[in-house]
Amino acid sequence: MSAEQVWSAFGEIPDPEIPVVSLVELGVIRSIDVQNGHVRVELTPTFLGCPALEAMKRALEEKVAALGGDADVRVISDDSWSTDKITPAGREKLRAAGLAPPAPREASAPALVQLQSNAFRCPYCNSAQTTLENIFGPTPCRSLRYCEGCRQPFEQFKTI
Amino acid sequence: MNELLLGLADDELVLGWRDSEWTGIAPVLEEDVAFSSIAQNEIGHARAVYQLLTDDADALAFDRALDEYRCAPLVELRLLDWAHTIARRWLYEEADRIRIAALRSDADPAVSGLAAKIDREEVYHRMHAEMWHERLRDESRFRDAVAELWPYALGVLEADQRAELARRVGLEEVAAVERGTHTDELAELWNEMTMVRRSAPAGAQW
Repeated sequence: MSAEQVWSAFGEIPDPEIPVVSLVELGVIRSIDVQNGHVRVELTPTFLGCPALEAMKRALEEKVAALGGDADVRVISDDSWSTDKITPAGREKLRAAGLAPPAPREASAPALVQLQSNAFRCPYCNSAQTTLENIFGPTPCRSLRYCEGCRQPFEQFKTI
Repeated sequence: MNELLLGLADDELVLGWRDSEWTGIAPVLEEDVAFSSIAQNEIGHARAVYQLLTDDADALAFDRALDEYRCAPLVELRLLDWAHTIARRWLYEEADRIRIAALRSDADPAVSGLAAKIDREEVYHRMHAEMWHERLRDESRFRDAVAELWPYALGVLEADQRAELARRVGLEEVAAVERGTHTDELAELWNEMTMVRRSAPAGAQW
């Protein structure tokens, strides 16, 4: 078994909460190291309180077992994951599913005035005439916005 | 055990429980969503910090006696009034950002790395608190609530970090309600949050 095979197999695992993207597209797999069938994986949480973390860990372990290896999945709780790690293909799949992809992380922390600006585009009609409804949403990683163009509420990925 | 980190984790756990009490009964629907999400994040932070201190975060979170908790009295209070609830959220976030900033330069990379991660998430809690502070700051009910909770807010921080908090919120430093003693309200909450662990010591399966 090679690391490439493991990466490819992990690319088939959907995110438990947003199944349109895989865990690889979400960028939460930091590293894979394969030694004689023993697979060491570093997994980075999106948000620390995300309940999907345990489900992700189990899915990775099961996938390694299906390949005939044994997995050691370590959760790395530091700042190494950011929404910038979502791949271009992953961003496009999010947008197509009606979830506006996150703005790039900047050196300074995001500010309320930015969220209240019209810098965010509607994933349905691409209008920039969108307003912030709620900083928070159905999961920790999303905000709620409303599009004045097509009168559609939508979810915006938070920049982390 | 690192008392400072244990205090931080206990604060986040207990405040997470308190904030979750607004789920379903907040004055507007959007605040149901906001408080639920904030509570979930705070409990996630508590879990991550407990995991730095122990291999069994659940045991540390729920198997201690009441007097072993290191949370600040500010987070224990059962607040049934929106002005007080927002006053606590705002004061807590102002205090918390000071200690998280200090932990970001901790010598232990596991601590500084986790503090950086927590800080990223707290940005959104601060925005929420600041938005409400902006809205309520001239209301006498809110100002009274801030004045009432101010000695408690000082107790969230170590003595050497309190002057910075006073400067940030524009209040004079007073005698703090210190960590180490608990309010009666915590006893009631402890009873609730440890109930499943105590009734199923071998571990509950869901």
